Amino acid sequence: MLRLPVVRHVAPTSLDEVIELLAGDGAMLAAGGTDLVPNLKRRQYPEAKTIVSLRRVAGLDGVSVADGGTIRIGALTTVARLATDDAVPEALREAAGAVASPQLRNRGTVGGNLCVDTRCHWLNVPDTWRQAAEPCLKAGGEMCWVAPAKKICWAVSSSDLAPAMIALDASVRLVGPDGERTAPVGELYRDDGLVHLAKAPNEILVEVIVPAPQGRRAGYRKLRRRGSIDFPILGVAASFRLEDGRVNDPRLVLGAVASSPVRVTAAEELLAGRPLTDALIAEAAELAGKSVRPMSNTDLTSRYRKRMVPVFVRRLLEDLAAD
Amino acid sequence: MRIDPHHGVVGRAAPRTDALAQAAGGLVYVDDLSYPGMLHGSILRSPHAHARIVSMDVSAAAELDGVHAVLTGADLPVAYGLLPVAQDEHALAVDKVRQVGDAVAAVAADDPDIAQRAIELIDVVYEPLPVIATMDDAVEVADEPIHGDGPRDNRHREVSLDFGDVEAGFGRADHLREDVFFYQGNNHAALEPHGAVALVEDDGRLRLWSATQVPHYLHRIVAKVLEVPEHRIRVTANPTGGGFGAKTDVFAHELVAAKLALVTGRPVKIVLTREEVFYAHRGRHPVLMWIKTGFTADGEITAMWFKTYVDGGAYGSYGPASLLYTGQLQTTTYRIPAYRFQGVRFFTNKPACGPKRGHGTPQPRFGLEVHLDRAADDLGLDPVTIRERNLVRPFSTTVNHLRITSCGLAECIDRVVEASDFHAKRRNLPSGRGVGLAVGAYMSGAGLPIYFNDMPQSEVLLKVDRGGLVTVYSMAADCGQGSTTMLATVVGEALGLEPSDLAVITADTDLTPIDLGSYSSRVTFMAGNAALEAAMRLADLILTAVADELELDTDDVTLGRGVVVAGDRRVPWVEAVRMAEARWGLLTAAGSYKPPKDIRGDYKGAGVGPSPAYSYSACVAQVDCDPETGFVGVDKIWLAHDIGRAINPLLVRGQIEGSVHMALGETLMEEQAFRGALHDGPSLLDYKIPTALEMPPVESILVESIDPEGPFGAKEVGQGPLLPVMPAVANAVHDALGIRVDEVPLRPDKVLAALRDLERGGEGRFGPTELPPYEFRRPLPVDPPPELR
Repeated sequence: MLRLPVVRHVAPTSLDEVIELLAGDGAMLAAGGTDLVPNLKRRQYPEAKTIVSLRRVAGLDGVSVADGGTIRIGALTTVARLATDDAVPEALREAAGAVASPQLRNRGTVGGNLCVDTRCHWLNVPDTWRQAAEPCLKAGGEMCWVAPAKKICWAVSSSDLAPAMIALDASVRLVGPDGERTAPVGELYRDDGLVHLAKAPNEILVEVIVPAPQGRRAGYRKLRRRGSIDFPILGVAASFRLEDGRVNDPRLVLGAVASSPVRVTAAEELLAGRPLTDALIAEAAELAGKSVRPMSNTDLTSRYRKRMVPVFVRRLLEDLAAD
Repeated sequence: MRIDPHHGVVGRAAPRTDALAQAAGGLVYVDDLSYPGMLHGSILRSPHAHARIVSMDVSAAAELDGVHAVLTGADLPVAYGLLPVAQDEHALAVDKVRQVGDAVAAVAADDPDIAQRAIELIDVVYEPLPVIATMDDAVEVADEPIHGDGPRDNRHREVSLDFGDVEAGFGRADHLREDVFFYQGNNHAALEPHGAVALVEDDGRLRLWSATQVPHYLHRIVAKVLEVPEHRIRVTANPTGGGFGAKTDVFAHELVAAKLALVTGRPVKIVLTREEVFYAHRGRHPVLMWIKTGFTADGEITAMWFKTYVDGGAYGSYGPASLLYTGQLQTTTYRIPAYRFQGVRFFTNKPACGPKRGHGTPQPRFGLEVHLDRAADDLGLDPVTIRERNLVRPFSTTVNHLRITSCGLAECIDRVVEASDFHAKRRNLPSGRGVGLAVGAYMSGAGLPIYFNDMPQSEVLLKVDRGGLVTVYSMAADCGQGSTTMLATVVGEALGLEPSDLAVITADTDLTPIDLGSYSSRVTFMAGNAALEAAMRLADLILTAVADELELDTDDVTLGRGVVVAGDRRVPWVEAVRMAEARWGLLTAAGSYKPPKDIRGDYKGAGVGPSPAYSYSACVAQVDCDPETGFVGVDKIWLAHDIGRAINPLLVRGQIEGSVHMALGETLMEEQAFRGALHDGPSLLDYKIPTALEMPPVESILVESIDPEGPFGAKEVGQGPLLPVMPAVANAVHDALGIRVDEVPLRPDKVLAALRDLERGGEGRFGPTELPPYEFRRPLPVDPPPELR
């Protein structure tokens, strides 16, 4: 089996200590470790010196519902818990239940899934393989092998939870050396495979806040080769309210088609204020398909994945319309 | 001599004797072994697909604290290969590397981390050479062939045979059909990666444990490469976490571990990473094939011409046999009065292919069964009729001189057709859903050993102690198929004992007599027959002694369950055994098995394909396809298998279900694909194996044809049931969507491409259309057997 590089592992009990340790050279944050450990084994983080575990910090897990229906989800809540907790909106449960495999859901956390590193089939391979290929841009090389024309990393956003959270208008609470801030989940991401999170390395995602659903219909659909284990090669999350038969506040978010989740604002604008007919759904689905350009960097062909966007969007919207 | 079971041991569905240990983590795999002072080996592998080694500097690695030895190609210069005709490998590269992952150097160190650091310190200077990544590349004249020095040397082997008058057969046909298919390669993906532990015993002999299916062949090759006499080496095959053919070759890590143990005098362990397993490979060959068949208007085959282009990867391995297998077994299911087979295996700079479950036969079987389905459509026949018109006859000889004995294929077809309600469903299920039929046959052991010799292929020794315990000694390596349980069951049945009351010692070259290995589905038939012969001899010794002691006629003394029935007395087993030991001294008996000689022809190539018996299978698959996504879901598989006799029906069903799972993986998603000469994703995340969620219910139907030569009438089940599944699914997809994906795996994008072709007025096909520009030699004419002339 692949060996872990030799690193120091520390598990402080307070957030302050975690933040301080993360400022150190080569420090990396771990929650469930389900993304970090295999990436470390593949030597994707040659700079890693210290693994700072969040797991001993108390009070970071659990799901609670405040007065008014706001749902607060601790960053260390397991994905398995999210998938099965009745207080969690169905769309989030669907997305959580689609993450990886049962074993990994038991170990992986909500915060970890939101922060999961971008992936690419030139990168997420053993280092010996990467040496044979010559390392790509994200592996410290000069070129991106997916699209060598530009010095851009196209590694894919691979979180199942992120599109669903964005569709539900959720926010994250981040704690860093300068205090804490709250930001919409969508603002957590940058469309850059190299640095995909819009937060400081020693800012810690501690909580997700999901507003009360208030009649919002929402769902998540995932494309992958098998019914378990696989990362998404397309994720579709959508939500809206139906008021007097018309769509209100629609949100349509695609995962695994770029380095960040992608909101399809053109389709949202099309849907807003209109009756949700089959024709409208089809039109929105086509718009979504035209709005993204998946690359050849994960399972199945980019052409196929692009072709699946309108299919998955249409099916999800049809299901939500019928609810 | 046919022996029928009557003690109720054979035929009983019972768990494996080691089932609990296996389920509870008790089996000792190679990676579980640990010895005091054990060192850890690691292998430096080539990052180049084809390159000359200009220089190598190992000094920094050798000087690293905790490193005990460093080896390079110069330390293991003897070439080897599993087949005598393919001695083209070195444990560590000499002069040249031929694939990414070729072993280049090795170290032994105090722990795995030091070993890994050490190999990273080895400085190798390579001169890259032109890479031959595909068969199209390999056809071309090469300045730098992968092996040899001739301009066309990337052609590894060629075969070109004519059985009967093929042109005359085409001439009298009412209908001719040609098809082209591609079957992608795939890996065995056994959950346990390969591994070996070696040490030097107190008496100076070398001891080697390995996750291998072939301890005997490993023994021979370790002796050859290390230049140590065989009697100074002891090889043990540990229980394996799956083999499927992956562990039937000899690999660099085994030879390197042994050499490192000799050099350091310390125990050495090497366990491969998953990436290394994909580079060691020896999996399914990618095969491009072309089939032309002549039919009468009634669907009777008049002649067949089969061409295969086989992508062998960087080494010979079992390749010469694999190539012949792509042509030889077509005749075991259908009467083909005239048959031309032309095949060529190429070297390419990719991991070497070899035997995987079905060895060389699933690819042509896929092509043949889909081809027949289309011919049936052409002729207005249904898929059952066209097969029934051509079924091979029991106890006949094929045009390529294979001896057919028991054959339950007709019954297999009847049973799956009936159980699945095939006729009612075909063309009548709602859009997107469909059913498909296919059949297959496989050998119950290869008729010839890997290296030519006249000795038995399997030998079994029995020893009885005064407590009544019968110990069975056999080199048969249990690779998960249950051969140890089979031996206990056969001997138990013959002696009237419970399998759990026997001890079975296996797969150890010091302790056990020859069994050639767990490959070609040979163990139940061959080791089973050897065990049965030994048990009958032992029974004879015991019955004679009891008769003598009690002054009875031997005819009046028989074996009961745990007793000897002597006239009106019932002598307990232990007492009978003691009488026999008093009469004969130490109670032992031996049995041997060698296949009959009259099961094959005498042309070049005739050694591959013959078997003392063939198993037969028929499969119906029912699929549910999503025409928008191209996903093919399998609702259910019906599989009838002619097992001869089910020695243990539970294990038979286990093999059928396992075969179906593996087959569905190959059909739908598994592929050893490459980006250039780089593996497309050497991990079990990227290499897609179906999960439990993709696995449909399997209805297994056992057909017992009672083979006249099998032990209690038994034949094989480890490989045969895999064969019809892939084409049955492809035929079902055609029934469901009206398309033909003539390429395995049937990925969703290919299904959509075929659907698009259909929408645009095409025939609804996705698959290869062209063959490599390769001129075969003129076929060597072989006279058909007298009955077919």
